[in-house]
Amino acid sequence: MKEKKSFLTFISENTFIHILLSILLGFLVGAVFLAIMGLSVGAAYGRLINSVTSLKGFTYVVVYGVPYIVAGLSVAFSFKTGVFNIGAEGQFVVGAMGAVVTSLLLPSLPKFLLVPLCFLAAMAVGAFWGILVALLKTKRGINEVLSMIMFNWIAFYLSNYIAGLPGIKNEGSAEATKNIAENASLLFSKDYIKSAGVAPTFNWGFIIAILITLLVWMIIEKTTLGYELKAVGANKYAAEYGGINVNRSIMTALGISGAMAGLAGALLVMGMGQRISIFSSQEGYGFAGIVVALIGCSNPFGVFVAGLFYGALIYGGSKLNLVGAPTQLINVIVGTVVFFISISTIFRYVRYLKRDPAKAKSGKEGAKA
Amino acid sequence: MSKEYVDMSTPTIEMRNIVKKFGDFVANDGINLTVHKGEIHAILGENGAGKSTLMNQLYGLLKPTSGDILVNGKKIEMNNPRDAIDAGIGMVHQHFMLVQPFTVTENIVLGSEPVKGVKLDMASARKNVVELSERYGLAIDPDAKIEDISVGMQQRVEILKALYRGADILILDEPTSSLTPQEIFELIQIMHNLTHDGKSIILITHKLKEIKEAADFCTIIRMGKYIGTVDVDTVDENDLASMMVGRKVTFKVDKPVHDFGPVVLDVKDLHGVDYRGVEILKGLNLQVHAGEIVGIAGIDGNGQTELVEILTGLRKGTGGDATVNQVSVYNKSPSFGFQHGVSSIPADRQKHGLVLDFSIEDNMILQNYGKNPFAKKGILQRDAIFDHASKSIEDYDIRPRLSEKRPAGTLSGGNQQKVIIAREVQNDKDLLIAVNPTRGLDVGAIEYVHRYIVEQRNKMKAVLLVSFELDEIMSLSDTIDVIFDGKIVSSIPGGQADENELGLLMAGGKTK
Repeated sequence: MKEKKSFLTFISENTFIHILLSILLGFLVGAVFLAIMGLSVGAAYGRLINSVTSLKGFTYVVVYGVPYIVAGLSVAFSFKTGVFNIGAEGQFVVGAMGAVVTSLLLPSLPKFLLVPLCFLAAMAVGAFWGILVALLKTKRGINEVLSMIMFNWIAFYLSNYIAGLPGIKNEGSAEATKNIAENASLLFSKDYIKSAGVAPTFNWGFIIAILITLLVWMIIEKTTLGYELKAVGANKYAAEYGGINVNRSIMTALGISGAMAGLAGALLVMGMGQRISIFSSQEGYGFAGIVVALIGCSNPFGVFVAGLFYGALIYGGSKLNLVGAPTQLINVIVGTVVFFISISTIFRYVRYLKRDPAKAKSGKEGAKA
Repeated sequence: MSKEYVDMSTPTIEMRNIVKKFGDFVANDGINLTVHKGEIHAILGENGAGKSTLMNQLYGLLKPTSGDILVNGKKIEMNNPRDAIDAGIGMVHQHFMLVQPFTVTENIVLGSEPVKGVKLDMASARKNVVELSERYGLAIDPDAKIEDISVGMQQRVEILKALYRGADILILDEPTSSLTPQEIFELIQIMHNLTHDGKSIILITHKLKEIKEAADFCTIIRMGKYIGTVDVDTVDENDLASMMVGRKVTFKVDKPVHDFGPVVLDVKDLHGVDYRGVEILKGLNLQVHAGEIVGIAGIDGNGQTELVEILTGLRKGTGGDATVNQVSVYNKSPSFGFQHGVSSIPADRQKHGLVLDFSIEDNMILQNYGKNPFAKKGILQRDAIFDHASKSIEDYDIRPRLSEKRPAGTLSGGNQQKVIIAREVQNDKDLLIAVNPTRGLDVGAIEYVHRYIVEQRNKMKAVLLVSFELDEIMSLSDTIDVIFDGKIVSSIPGGQADENELGLLMAGGKTK
């Protein structure tokens, strides 16, 4: 309308700025809460920053971030292909269990065989978990969001059941599985960790995360497979008209997304986890993947950075009680960030309305017709 | 058109030197419009010429950057549609804004319901609506639900809605775009009834025939500029067309007489059901030869949609067969049909034709993304894809230029259609199925689309044209097949068709 762009226009056109602003607002809201509780904002945020900037702290951030990155890529991939993989949580859980069970069944295999085998097992069960939902959707027309949420619970109880089985369950008092086989672990050697002064759980997982990031980018941007899946996601009618098999595409998309969520689970247990606890509630890595995908704008590289950011918040947040601030503050910040990112759609729509109300109206009507 | 009812004294509406800018873009550049009492005034312009922008200013949806709006000689500031309604202006949008599960009466009185105490007085509302409809010959059933009545009826409801709010000036935005020929005829009657009663009508359109039939005066806008206002009696369709597009327009497509080749499409005893599961194709037979355009003339809902969906693999038939070059494409997938010689220009370009979020270059390869040179070993070849799009944009005059990487959704309707045509024509299949290929397009774009369809025919391809525009069917077809109640009831050589005869056949009547 006016010659100069409004602030609203500027931020809704520039995704990167918009996300930075949302993050800033998240910390601002967090600060308000700190102030209300009578705590020092500087001390809390100072602690947060200090705890992630040392070498040891940063390697912790990487270790924490890896499962979030890969789970985020899983969800981002589903966003790009028009299915909303809210079932990443369940796929993550069954993937982790797949890796643990594989390692416990074949503990004597050499590392160079056992590690890839655990990855494959995790991806296979994750993909299976995703494809089951896709089959229910394409063959029986069952809404995928509903069945995914149910599958998350099935995965949760299945995992607890398996974790309690003799031969899997820890012989000690811990309510958890045995530790994974030594040869399935991704941890760096103790000597290296000691001499380099990095986090004790520092592991090879970040290399896998980098590779998966590149792979997802390749698939989405460069391959005919990505083209097909994106076309189905953007307009399944045109895709079908153009000769793409829509049902097969939905299955492929959920299969790949599920495989990545399963791999994320494997990376957690083969890296910093080493075993799976008998859960009292859902751990939420898959749900965090949704948050990470949102912050990363579903762009693979964006997701990589967002996963690290999320890891930093979780790790740094765990240190907040040292200054008397509750660790739940992190949830407030994350929630606010997600809130502001999610309303970007509203920003865009408001701008659209302001530009030409009649058009916005007829556009909406036209979309319905 | 006699102007006996036009009162030439004080203009009802005067828009003076209207300028509307969106940033650097000038959508309206000094437009003048004068409408008198009892006048039907057409506003003619190509898609994107600025017609709707102008009307949105009159209706208070947009504010002019500069210029004045006068109603009955008084300057008026239109801040929102409420101001326009208070000034006696009513607008019927191209896409209706009706509440589907409500009755006709409820929709008409919505927002200004008569009340008795705190209770809604539906009885007097219904009475008012019936009176109004009888007064202007707008026959409607006041108790029918919107979801149960035809598009033509819904439009009457929209008009009544405006009249109920006391409109003296009606703006009709592309009112005929989804009406059948009979409904168009009736609408023009209604418009005359209204003007005879002293109402004024502003008709936004790009259909020249309707302007000649209905309007008294016509204001032409081209690329946001005011070209002029003419007395419709003094011009013909050709004059209007060239004023609108700024060059000479030919309506006649060059179609040399030639012998047809062998049968390409052969549809035998085809049966099919519609989305409700009701049988709608009842043993349809149809043939299209190489080098022949077969036009399907019929009223919407007689099985055209289902016929095309079955031929393109989007719907399963319930009996019969359809072959292309002797290979059955019946109840196969869309890609099977494509591989065996079927390409199509779908009826709904935004739903079936394009992925609007995809760039133009990606839309250009929708069926061929996996084939050399666009992909090698599963990897997309971006250079080849870009070059293909660049060449198509140039060859098919897709505007704006250099738009290879732009989302298809940012193009105008006409240019979106050109993208589809460029793709389907270059697919170079033996059978082209075109469904309402020029719907919503302006004269310039229509001419262009028609040329490409006829070119396919001249290259000895078979063309099946399904269109609700009778003129289009009559001017392009070598053979006109009339569809009624799920069957082809008559097959007439294109040159010998007569509009009245076709109209009768389409309605299920018999001739001779």
